[in-house]
Amino acid sequence: MSDFTGNFWSVYVAVLTLVSIFACLLLLWITARKKITASVDNTTGHVWDEDLREMNNPMPRWWMWLFVLTIIFALGYLVAYPGLGSYKGELGWTTHGEYTDEVEKANKELAPLYAQFTAKPAEVLAGDPAAMAVGERLFMNNCAQCHGSDARGSKSFPNLTDGDWLHGGAPAKLVETITLGRQGNMPPMAAAVGTPDDVKNVAHYVLSLSGSPHDSLRSQLGKAKFTACAACHGMDGKGNQALGAPNLTDDIWLHGWGEQAIVSMVNNGKVNAMPGQAGKLTEAQIHVLSAYVWGMSNKTATLANARP
Amino acid sequence: MQESPVRKIIPIVPEEEVSLYEAQKKLYPRSVTGLFARWRWFFVFLTQLVFYGLPWLEWGQRQAVLFDLGARRFYLFGVVLYPQDFIYLTGLLVISALSLFLFTAVAGRLWCGFTCPQTVYTEIFLWIERKVEGDRSARMRLDAEPASARKLLKKGTKHFLWIALSLWTGFTFVGYFTPIQTLWAEAFTLSFGPWEWFWVNFYALATYGNAGFLREQVCKYMCPYARFQSAMFDRDTLIVSYDAARGEPRGARSRKADLSTLALGACVDCTLCVQVCPTGIDIREGLQYECIGCAACVDVCDTVMDKMNYPRGLIRFSTQNAMAGQWSKAQLWRRVRRPRVLVYSAILVALCVGLLWSLLERTPLKVDVVRDRAALSRIVAGGKLENVYRLQIMNATEQPQRYRITASGLEGLALASESEVDIGPAESRWVPVRLQIGYGSAAPGSHAIEFNVGDVAGESHVSEKSIFLVPR
Repeated sequence: MSDFTGNFWSVYVAVLTLVSIFACLLLLWITARKKITASVDNTTGHVWDEDLREMNNPMPRWWMWLFVLTIIFALGYLVAYPGLGSYKGELGWTTHGEYTDEVEKANKELAPLYAQFTAKPAEVLAGDPAAMAVGERLFMNNCAQCHGSDARGSKSFPNLTDGDWLHGGAPAKLVETITLGRQGNMPPMAAAVGTPDDVKNVAHYVLSLSGSPHDSLRSQLGKAKFTACAACHGMDGKGNQALGAPNLTDDIWLHGWGEQAIVSMVNNGKVNAMPGQAGKLTEAQIHVLSAYVWGMSNKTATLANARP
Repeated sequence: MQESPVRKIIPIVPEEEVSLYEAQKKLYPRSVTGLFARWRWFFVFLTQLVFYGLPWLEWGQRQAVLFDLGARRFYLFGVVLYPQDFIYLTGLLVISALSLFLFTAVAGRLWCGFTCPQTVYTEIFLWIERKVEGDRSARMRLDAEPASARKLLKKGTKHFLWIALSLWTGFTFVGYFTPIQTLWAEAFTLSFGPWEWFWVNFYALATYGNAGFLREQVCKYMCPYARFQSAMFDRDTLIVSYDAARGEPRGARSRKADLSTLALGACVDCTLCVQVCPTGIDIREGLQYECIGCAACVDVCDTVMDKMNYPRGLIRFSTQNAMAGQWSKAQLWRRVRRPRVLVYSAILVALCVGLLWSLLERTPLKVDVVRDRAALSRIVAGGKLENVYRLQIMNATEQPQRYRITASGLEGLALASESEVDIGPAESRWVPVRLQIGYGSAAPGSHAIEFNVGDVAGESHVSEKSIFLVPR
């Protein structure tokens, strides 16, 4: 552990670096002063292996000055930038700082473009091809990983094109969802519902709500037990967007369809999370994204808005 | 008295103490006229006409040759290249390397002596130097003079002209990467961007330093080609050669003297060949690694031979074999058609034809397929299995195009997303694509499929492989 907390290695690296640089300088100084004897035939008189002779081919002097320049540069660099162990450098440069600077610069450059976008409400923006091209790229880079390139999601990742919203599909709600993220929480309800058989009956009742194939006897028996579910999903099973409780009557099954999937959901519950993007995306970007997502499930309205 | 059969040679220059580093000896190459000098000027004009002129050419609404690094589009007259077309650059470099092999095998360092930018710019800078300061002896005198207003004026004029040309060169270089018309407008208000400032000045500094000061030092110490080209020489390679058998023993003589009555060779030891040499060597000592094959010594020696009424060619392009065997010109040229040269030529021609053909036959459309990784497969309404892909469709034409996407490789495979997309000129776009098959119509596992993308007019067409996953 002391490897990480002590400053031995920092000093070690710094000393090693400086010693190496000065050793180079010393080597240059020695070679610059050294004279060798060159014969008429332009050899140095050094002979190895009977007839291997060393030619006298001196380096150009300007080359030596280049070496000296690199050493001066190295010392200047080590003063200005972090390089000597844990010394931070006079300029205070960090990779993280450079990254933040670049992001800030890019945001500044894009500000006039986004200013045009933020001036319009999302419903109008959804009909603006330039804004939607930006929105598409933002979606591909930040959302498509979970929701799919076509935004139709998959098991446990909501489809954003079907007009079925867990937390509401108005642009303001979408901004809220993207900014802060969402936490869906279905608690395990087996104990509240009753015996395993009761759970099965409730499952068939839930299937019956959307007109899916079900056992009507079990469904009849399950209806009474559904009161345990109604607190969130409502007596009619149409859900509650304020709580993020899904509508059970629309035949859209985020976590799987059928008796088995529903039984497992009642028994085990589920926590499903969408991460907030507040730190990653700017408000203007989120505005454009909300328009893009809104436009996907409001095609007709978008077309109407796009008309001048 | 009997003379000793073995004479002891006492060196005229005794052994001397030298430094490990050598100060650059300033060279004052004398100007030269003649056949090879004319050829060199021809190549100076040719290369510089191309270099300075090309960025100003227009092609339709844009610059004909422009390497737009920011947008990653490379415009070459009618062709728009994407970074994916890097293979063409590879082809070009292989062709360049092979050409170097071929020319070097035939006639040594032709590239170095006639078309290398180092030689070309040095030639131009020397020309400026000569116009301002005079030829070799005048320049040497001027350098030896103490500082004076006249010297300052001459040196100042020279450096001013050098720097002006260097800046123009740097400006032209940047004009290949950023539209030169805009750059030209910016030049008047000095409103270049930071990188444009850097590269104009950096390239100008490199030109000024290399052609004005470093000159032969670049060839002697910095250039890697210089060293490995000699590996491509053989005894039938044409090199600048001094005909020692004809020239030695060298010596001064009266112009009227009859050569046949003198105990001298044809070399009058005027040292002009040394004075004109841009790398400062004496060709009479034989082939040396510093020789860039510029043939300035050939030209100047021919003028001396003419004055002496001796036949030309005491220094000439010849081969080691021809020199040793006293070959005629016909014999020498016959050896040029040796297997090595023929093999190099055959490969070079094949490569050039291949590259040209592939460039002409190139489909101006590129497609990359990326499968969505988060959702491998999903069941959707209507009892269908669906896979999602992203197609990057790159339009390499300069007109807007409408492309049609189809997929094949599985029974009942159908596109569920829009099958036609519009892509703007020289633009690329990511298009999400959904493919569906009937549930249970294919065995679980991975199935090879193929995307086919083509423009609606049917002019270009690309197929890309991918897979369709059916869950267990």
